[in-house]
Amino acid sequence: MRRSSPWLRAAAVFAYAFLYVPLLIVVVYSFNDSRLNAEWVGFTLDWYRKLASDTQMLTAAGNSLVIGLVASFVSTVLGTMAGVAMHRQRLRLLPILIFAPIAIPEILMGVSLLIFFVLLNVTLGLVSVALAHIAFCIGFVAIVVRARLAGMDETLTEAARDCGASPSRAFRYVTLPLIMPGVIAGALMAFTLSIDDFVITFFTAGAGTVTLPLQIYSMIKISVTPEVNAVSTLLMLLTLLLIIMAAKLSPSLFRSEGDAST
Amino acid sequence: MGAWLVSGPPLVYLLVFFAAPALIMVLASFRSPAEFGGLAPLVDQAGKLDLNVDSYVRFFTETVFMRVFVKSAWYATLTTLTCLLLAYPLATLIAKSSAKYRDLLLLLVILPFWSNFLIRIYAWMIILGPNAALAKLVNGIRALFGAGPVPLLFSGFAVLVCLVYVHLPFMVLPIYANLEKHDQALLDAAQDLGAGAWQRFWRITFPLSLPGVFAGAALVFIPALGIFAIPDILGGPEDTLIGNLIKQQFLETRDWPFGSVLSIALTVAALVLAGIAAWVARRGGGASRA
Amino acid sequence: MALLDIQGVTRRFGDFTAIDGVSLAIEAGEFFTLLGPSGCGKTTLLRMIAGFDLPDAGRILLNGEDLAGRPPELRPVRTVFQSYALFPHMTVEGNVAFPLQMARVPAGERKARIGAALEDVRLIGFNRRYPHELSGGQKQRVAIARALVTHPTMLLLDEPLAALDAKLREELQIELINLQKEVGIAFVYVTHDQTEALALSHRIAVMNHGRVEQLDEPSRIYGFPRTRFVADFIGHCNLLSGPVAANADGVVTVDVAGLGPVRVAVHSSIASSAQGTVALRPEKIRISASAPVDTPDNHCHGTVADLLYMGDVTVYRVETPGGSRVEALLANSQGGRAKFFEVGDAVEMSWPVNAGHFIEG
Repeated sequence: MRRSSPWLRAAAVFAYAFLYVPLLIVVVYSFNDSRLNAEWVGFTLDWYRKLASDTQMLTAAGNSLVIGLVASFVSTVLGTMAGVAMHRQRLRLLPILIFAPIAIPEILMGVSLLIFFVLLNVTLGLVSVALAHIAFCIGFVAIVVRARLAGMDETLTEAARDCGASPSRAFRYVTLPLIMPGVIAGALMAFTLSIDDFVITFFTAGAGTVTLPLQIYSMIKISVTPEVNAVSTLLMLLTLLLIIMAAKLSPSLFRSEGDAST
Repeated sequence: MGAWLVSGPPLVYLLVFFAAPALIMVLASFRSPAEFGGLAPLVDQAGKLDLNVDSYVRFFTETVFMRVFVKSAWYATLTTLTCLLLAYPLATLIAKSSAKYRDLLLLLVILPFWSNFLIRIYAWMIILGPNAALAKLVNGIRALFGAGPVPLLFSGFAVLVCLVYVHLPFMVLPIYANLEKHDQALLDAAQDLGAGAWQRFWRITFPLSLPGVFAGAALVFIPALGIFAIPDILGGPEDTLIGNLIKQQFLETRDWPFGSVLSIALTVAALVLAGIAAWVARRGGGASRA
Repeated sequence: MALLDIQGVTRRFGDFTAIDGVSLAIEAGEFFTLLGPSGCGKTTLLRMIAGFDLPDAGRILLNGEDLAGRPPELRPVRTVFQSYALFPHMTVEGNVAFPLQMARVPAGERKARIGAALEDVRLIGFNRRYPHELSGGQKQRVAIARALVTHPTMLLLDEPLAALDAKLREELQIELINLQKEVGIAFVYVTHDQTEALALSHRIAVMNHGRVEQLDEPSRIYGFPRTRFVADFIGHCNLLSGPVAANADGVVTVDVAGLGPVRVAVHSSIASSAQGTVALRPEKIRISASAPVDTPDNHCHGTVADLLYMGDVTVYRVETPGGSRVEALLANSQGGRAKFFEVGDAVEMSWPVNAGHFIEG
């Protein structure tokens, strides 16, 4: 590979700095002994302590966790089915429904689901948020699972059937174990997306229910304290852990050449 | 058949929770707003079907809404171009690195994307805040020239910076994916034929990278068009975009039919752009494999 | 009653006819080969026997029973795939155990049968290894063991040796012949390699464009090809064509352009056809520097235009004064010299009437 020009490297360094400095500032100031996020005063863990006793925040975190687990489980099951179906059959409608939620701006799904739930007299709360999250997570899981299937050797399924396995047993004993890393990576991705979601949750949560992002939003709008920094740092840590786990399980998700056979 | 057992459940789920709401929203755009917000009953007291195009008329006749659309498109365009300028060198660097570092460098680009959306906006609130270093620096310089202090926060500038920040990874990845496949031999041949560095870039590398550029542009422009959280938090009163309008209509003004019209307009714009992007991708896809 | 009866099977993919009304019967205990170039339909036919594809017309009967409607997992037929198709997430033992598990064989009995199967393919002690730790030949044997462990009625092999190098292939060919004798069940083998087919099979069906051109024992396929395609596909063959000049006393004379009259013995009565081809194997031609002393049935002379040195034999392409090319073959066994003739040498060629084989048309 040619040695890249110094201009190129400077521009790239600037870009990386641009990406990471803001996040680092958030983390650093979470330990800052000052209400204002302006200058460094001293080191403190106060904001984290405040976080631990902030019941609103804890409720919001709990809600996010519950919704995340439910949404990721259901969307993984449905998304895996969709991925398998799209891989095996020439479908026309399902791919559209899978890709559309990902292609259009999130606000459109949030708003249409709001009308939908209200017209059906569904109370807006944890359930409506979970249903909404499942809807947009299915697509991501389906895409990951389908990519994993595409990299798998098709003759293995035939060999299983030749050995006496019915289609469902062939799937259970041969296909599923081989795509499992992709399925789990999809589940982790769905969980992360659900925990992080703001826009769709904003419209479908109603008045009484708060998730972590919604709580952060109201804190940002109403009274900004470095408690927000603290919860942000913890959230970033959690996401980082989940992504590392997903990368270990399905390296193809993050590999440059897209080699899905591992 | 067994095939329906597999494709059925996700299909049904998405039809119910994605397609149906979309159709209901289209229907809602033809209804009248209720007195205290929401939707008026479909069948009014006289027993007649209450459907009209009032909201549509309002959308097309009151120019302020068109102006908001134009402004949103303008912000999205600026965001896309800035992202392109920042992302291209980054993608080039990653494509030129050895395989060992490539995965790491790519991961570093993607990682910020996985942090919470609001955190990323909040970070810029801090950086651009009136008491933070940057504001002090900028206003200090302005003071030198005798100009009054200008707030960095709650401005179009803040909105743009954050828009670029949030969408940058989406521009880097497709361009990188395209550049990675470029054949070094083409550039060597060009050099052999007398082309200098700029010529090689402008006449060979850039044209071949256009499919990646278009893909990245689509991945940035379309979501940026519908954004509302960023202007909501970082923007001033001048920075109301389509997303903010939609949010207002649904949650504050509660004129749901009109909000639906706005949403449909945004959806149509998004679908048209996505369609164009897909068409360009199919046409240009072969060109990069020279 | 034949073990496997294929009756009038046709299979089309859109405009393309992969199998065109094929009928053949396979006997129990025989090593049967489907031989042909790629695209001739042999693999498609095999897949239909296994149940992965269904015929558009015709029937496939196993022991008199129509297999239509029976999915692969319910057919007593096992396949050895070209890519081996070993389950990467299971050990060798797991792979071989799989069909037994599907048949719900109790665990105790399974162990014994796996042991026996691995012994048959000479892979004792490999139980705990994973497929990616095995060589190509070893993977092949596991695939065979897995296919045989449930004692199927018939074994289908889809070009199983194609991915192996020549030496290994020869070794495994001999092992396959012995295995088939030991196990005693019918093997249906698919290959495009005609030497392999000739070596392994009891009977060969030569296929081309979805049809069976000839179904016979290897020696008869080689010695008495029924069509030009079969003659050309199997080994080297001179195809001397032309109008039939005479047909009397069991000898047909074909007037070959550039060569002259070629006389060939015919065993059955040939309907008087206008055109004919004499299929003449190069090794049946006597080639020498000097003219023959006796009066051979067929005789011509020419110049060596090309030669192909193959180590054990040399193929000489001789050009006749009339412009025709005839291939003759000589073993390089006579001590000392590597080749007998060089390019440009004048040679005499002769052969008797029963050296060639007459094909109508």
